[in-house]
Amino acid sequence: MRPRSPNIQNYRPQLTSVLSIANRFTAVISTVAIVAFVAWLVAAAVGPQSYDSMHAAAASPVGRALLVVATFAFFLHLCGSVRHLFWDAVAGFELRTIYASGWAALAASVALTAGAWLIGFWVRS
Amino acid sequence: MSAAPGPAPSGSARARGLGSARRGTGAWRAERVTAIALVPLTLWLVASLVALGRADRTAFVAWLGRPLHGFLTILLLIAVFRHTALGLQVIIEDYVHSAAKTPLLLLIHLLCFAICVAGVLATLGIMFAS
Repeated sequence: MRPRSPNIQNYRPQLTSVLSIANRFTAVISTVAIVAFVAWLVAAAVGPQSYDSMHAAAASPVGRALLVVATFAFFLHLCGSVRHLFWDAVAGFELRTIYASGWAALAASVALTAGAWLIGFWVRS
Repeated sequence: MSAAPGPAPSGSARARGLGSARRGTGAWRAERVTAIALVPLTLWLVASLVALGRADRTAFVAWLGRPLHGFLTILLLIAVFRHTALGLQVIIEDYVHSAAKTPLLLLIHLLCFAICVAGVLATLGIMFAS
């Protein structure tokens, strides 16, 4: 197949482009997470046995790791989408603002993920 | 809504699907409206799940059985699966250009609807059983 424009692989990754595609990747990961939440709801409705097996899967090291990934993906998608909502309202398009909001979204996602898990470990109910 | 600018397509252009259909922003808008609704709803859910910690079934069912919690969960499920279907549709439309496009779109929309209904039914079941 002959190359077609834009040849995205020829461009040096920048914060703007990386966060743009990240919003899609995190959307897909968040989709998997919300489907897992529905499975959790169904397991709770079905009975203690199915709930306990879901609980054991989530508490396993792999389940725990996937939950951390899902938490970060969700927060990055949330923060990235708030940027998009401002752009939809035709605000924040100056280059300085775009970079500032991009770094802010990334920092907020890391902080929210860390905060959620620290509080989660602290609650341990 | 006010009429779209520009001349209306002629009868033959319309029959051949040419020119402005004068609609089509609906999906784009619905994706944004659900996004705005999901900002508080998802933050509430994540905060609640963090507070629940490693709750066993009894504690989880007691939490979900509270009218406000069940109500917000159902609102979230409806908004999130509408948002998911519209978002995945855009991704498919951007990257899939084969004959698989239309079946994939159908599958995504039907699956999102079915999973949403499953979640709502499970929530209602827990609410009315407790």
